[in-house]
Amino acid sequence: MTARLTPPVSARDHAQGPADAPVTLVEYGDYECPHCGRAYPIVKAVQRSMGNDLRFVFRNFPLAKSHEHAEHAAEMAEAADQHGKFWPMHDILFENQDALEDENLVAYAATLGIDPVWAATALAQGLFQERVREDFASGVRSGVNGTPTFFINGARYDGLLHPTALLEALVLAATPE
Amino acid sequence: MSPLLSAGTPAPDFTLPKSPDAKLRLADTRGHPVILAFYPADWSPVCGDELTVFNEVLPEFQRYRAELLGISVDGVWCHKAYAAARHFDFTLLADFEPKGAVSRAYGAYRAQDGFSERALFVLDAAGVIRWSYLSPVGVNPGADGILAALEALK
Repeated sequence: MTARLTPPVSARDHAQGPADAPVTLVEYGDYECPHCGRAYPIVKAVQRSMGNDLRFVFRNFPLAKSHEHAEHAAEMAEAADQHGKFWPMHDILFENQDALEDENLVAYAATLGIDPVWAATALAQGLFQERVREDFASGVRSGVNGTPTFFINGARYDGLLHPTALLEALVLAATPE
Repeated sequence: MSPLLSAGTPAPDFTLPKSPDAKLRLADTRGHPVILAFYPADWSPVCGDELTVFNEVLPEFQRYRAELLGISVDGVWCHKAYAAARHFDFTLLADFEPKGAVSRAYGAYRAQDGFSERALFVLDAAGVIRWSYLSPVGVNPGADGILAALEALK
């Protein structure tokens, strides 16, 4: 049983780094999950080390029964994307994992210049539920086995959540055979 | 150590406690698919682990009318506290006495460690194993293999 990213990365994904980078790292994550919070600076570190050799993609995998704020946090990141602010919101959420109440989320939107009334309405009406649900379903099909789950060039990474180990795996994937 | 039971094998029947005052007999679950998820222990240090993911995927399993049963050697009171803490909406069975007997019958016991393997079985409505999977040590399986096996039952 090989866990492969399904569907592959496409234009619908949120990506940082060049589309033609030799390595693509995909994270399925949950903004309230402490392990994802621990992974956040590790991803930043490997991005700094790899530079333009790495493209990083984030997909939503909120464990809503365990983390009561995770679903709305994911929806707010998607809402911010409508205003070109996905990554700034992504970073704010991971840097404020202990303050993810709806009023916090709306306040973060306001700090990014997004109309807070619109942001609150987007949450209340579930405008981005479907998008989050699509990510979740793709994660299930891809063999996500917890949060965070990483895929390197489409193959699930089962190694340690540690900067050195992750970087080694990424460099290996970037090296032509 | 006997090997993991494989597809085509009738699932060995068992009766295990599912709560402090109730038991579940596997034969009583006939009529719909059953997923048996053997796992090493309650209270794994990983919060977003295999069972947490399966708990979120329950609606997908239910689309195939499949029932998920988690099995470890932990006792019923331990299971009760664990399921409540993790908000699990499926049954945990205690393979506690004689310890690991059901896990052994399925070839899913680590005698050297004294706990169950991370092993998955999909049983059809007649109680025959249609898919089984032994996960490498330390690697949580996802739900993709289970869903593919349920899809193949149709």
